[in-house]
Amino acid sequence: MKRFAALIDRLVYTRSRNSKLALIVDYLKHAPDPDRGWALAALTGALDFPAVKAGTVRALLASRVDEELFRLSRHFVGDTAETAALLWPEKPLPFRGGVGVGSIGLAQGRWTPPAATKPASWQVSLPSPEGEGGLSVTQVVDALSAATRSDAPAILASLLDRLDADGRYALLKLALGGMRVGVSARLAKQAFAQAFAVAIDDVEELWHAIPSPYAPLFAWGEGRAPRPDLADVAFFRPFMLAHPLEGENLDLSDYVAEWKWDGIRVQIVRGGGETRLYSRGGEEIGAAFPELLAAFDQDAVIDGELLVRGEAQGGVEGGAASFNALQQRLGRKTVTKRMLADYPAFVRVYDLLAVDGNDLRGLPWTERRQQLEAFVPRLADSRFDLSPVIEATHFGELAELRAGARDAAIEGVMLKRRDAPYVAGRRAGLWYKWKRDPLVADCVMMYAQRGNGRRASFYSDYTFGCWTDAGELLPVGKAYSGFTDAELKWLDKFVRDHTIDRFGPVREVEKTLVLEVAFDSIHASKRHKSGLAMRFPRIARIRRDKPAEEADRIATLRAMVT
Amino acid sequence: MAKAKPWLEPHPHGLYVRPADLWIDPSRPVERAAVTHGHADHARSGHHAVFATPETLAIMALRYGVDAAASRNAAFAYGEGFERGGVRFSFHPAGHVLGSAQIAMEYRGERIVVTGDYKRRPDPTCAPFEVVPCDIFITEATFGLPVFRHPPTEGEIAKLLAAVRAEPDRSVLVGAYALGKAQRVIAELRAAGWTAPVYIHGALEKMCQLYAVHGVDLGDLRLVGESDKAEMAGQIVLAPPSALNDRWSRRLPDPVTAMASGWMRVRQRARQRMVELPLVISDHADWDELTATIAEVNPQESWITHGSEGGLLRWCEMTQRKARALHLVGRDVEDEGGEEEA
Repeated sequence: MKRFAALIDRLVYTRSRNSKLALIVDYLKHAPDPDRGWALAALTGALDFPAVKAGTVRALLASRVDEELFRLSRHFVGDTAETAALLWPEKPLPFRGGVGVGSIGLAQGRWTPPAATKPASWQVSLPSPEGEGGLSVTQVVDALSAATRSDAPAILASLLDRLDADGRYALLKLALGGMRVGVSARLAKQAFAQAFAVAIDDVEELWHAIPSPYAPLFAWGEGRAPRPDLADVAFFRPFMLAHPLEGENLDLSDYVAEWKWDGIRVQIVRGGGETRLYSRGGEEIGAAFPELLAAFDQDAVIDGELLVRGEAQGGVEGGAASFNALQQRLGRKTVTKRMLADYPAFVRVYDLLAVDGNDLRGLPWTERRQQLEAFVPRLADSRFDLSPVIEATHFGELAELRAGARDAAIEGVMLKRRDAPYVAGRRAGLWYKWKRDPLVADCVMMYAQRGNGRRASFYSDYTFGCWTDAGELLPVGKAYSGFTDAELKWLDKFVRDHTIDRFGPVREVEKTLVLEVAFDSIHASKRHKSGLAMRFPRIARIRRDKPAEEADRIATLRAMVT
Repeated sequence: MAKAKPWLEPHPHGLYVRPADLWIDPSRPVERAAVTHGHADHARSGHHAVFATPETLAIMALRYGVDAAASRNAAFAYGEGFERGGVRFSFHPAGHVLGSAQIAMEYRGERIVVTGDYKRRPDPTCAPFEVVPCDIFITEATFGLPVFRHPPTEGEIAKLLAAVRAEPDRSVLVGAYALGKAQRVIAELRAAGWTAPVYIHGALEKMCQLYAVHGVDLGDLRLVGESDKAEMAGQIVLAPPSALNDRWSRRLPDPVTAMASGWMRVRQRARQRMVELPLVISDHADWDELTATIAEVNPQESWITHGSEGGLLRWCEMTQRKARALHLVGRDVEDEGGEEEA
């Protein structure tokens, strides 16, 4: 547990993704089996101990610690697991100071600083490194897995007794789930690939097929065993991705055009009697969309865009609503009947990766498309429809169609090489995304906040606003990208030189600087006073030339709402 | 027995000793003040006469100018004191920072001890806390909750040194309060065998010099402002906490942000301050020290000031000790802003 606890501790305080990656890589290389497998499962939220709940921990604490002291401490710390880890009674460390007037180091009331080496009486004994009795992650997982509701408190107590404060924190986070150390499944997989110099695509495919603690995965990674066999498993296929189109004109006899829908890319897999829904990063998100899992009853793997149907956001009835509507369904662990009824989900299918046990990924797009068109009618049409290809005879016509697209659910155009197989990741020349031109607005900087990591000393996050008809400035968005390093320096100086108020880490600035903000779309939002929310806003230009009074009005932005 | 004693009165801006017409650590200017130690929330400027240890007077003179060292002030070494209005005052080590003292007062056979801030752990830069038996014990409670148990200082210093060695191309920037914490961290580093120069922010310079004058050897100190960026790679830099994420830190080679404070025990606190390397090193007693000290002094009554009074009050209740909370204003127990200290 010592090594795992140290890893958790470091991850809590490390903000940069690369540093986190390095920490996990180092752990995976050096920790023993099966500890590292369990650790990986804990980091990615794959562990569940039904007998141990937050209530178990609270009840256990109540038996060891005064309730009022726990309440005061919990209030101060703000997190039950951390409070419990810090509060858990342990033998106090000995301390020695002077006792009685005129003791250590005092002569006639004058204190003499000690020499460079400390007097023996000042030595504090450190707890021995083996103070936790060599408890391993595996022992902890075994003990928690075997726990029942009735003996869980006793088991947890005996484990807590054998750990120090950092170990107790790691134990409780592991037991209760929700590490919150900023490690996504994707990052964990990358760490595995990097630690053992294997392809991330292989790791992604194997990941969901092998249960924790992933012994065959480590054996394969270290070259001790062949690649595990994935027949009859609903495993994830890494997505094929697109490069942005930058000014090139493509020949439409080589490339087919499709709409790029503004939802989330998903993969639905049915195999071995099981259906799974994966997001682009390979996270399983089926629990939030049970209606899709239930409706997908064919042995196949599809790639498509998850959307919600609806008038909810002003979309055409029966068509796809804007991304804003979809957001109501994202990031949920469970879903209510009301949500299912108000925001019904469906998948607009782009591609067919496997069907009836045959892997189609090696076939050219044209052949996969033929099979896809034959396959989609086998699915319930209320939940699955085919993403149509755009009929255009030449590139100029496509550009016109793209410019004229008014559907809120259209994010742009995809161009796919007709003879390309389905390959993982972004490969040059195969797929292109050609997003609609961003919308732009001239806004006034209102507040600024410092960034993270390398940007910790720079005011790099800006809140900006537009004018109401009454001449009041209301915030319409927040951006922290789009500028060059030189512009960042300039903006940072502007913020420092024009601060008029401070609210904790936030500075309010003089309302004099106009920022040209680019954004993909803008939506009605009840969460903001302006009633507007921008999608992916970034700073396009700094308009030092423009007076703040000439920045855009809220009404102008409202007219852009989709 | 210890009923409400009319001769020592708690007021929001300090403790007033009526027979002596004297205030202890008042938060606004008064005629006569006895001051426990030099931190700004205890030692304010503008008093007419100050009674304190020589080190505390020197610190006040450094911070507030020559006025604090005027002839009407009086300096008392540990164990020494004075009498005024029938009250016998004496100063005893508190183990908090250089010159920090508990103030003991005896009047008509009753003894009251005001701790100011204190700790029980060894500190190479100041005299260790001394237990003074008394009837009423007025204790601080900065870390008066059982979640605060500071780990051994040696382990935290080892963590700091490991971080320095792990990142030879970066400097490790340690946020430490300018009076006490900074010098203690340097002295602990020296005790652990770190002989390389320690680079300091200009705001720490004078206080480090003052410590040296009082016999605390801090080794080779260099000002960041007078040093090359490249030379500070793989080295330790100390600055006041307010400078940690400020423009000032850009002159350092890709610094790892560390902070030495008892508040670092709570992860969320460290994260809020964007600290990458929290060092739980405190100049205040932790929960175990606070409770053990009350038990050791074993007064008839404990008065609890500034901090988490609630936790310590509850402990006194559980152990059948008489206690009350005093609500003094102007004590910095939070770690925001420039004057933080813990």
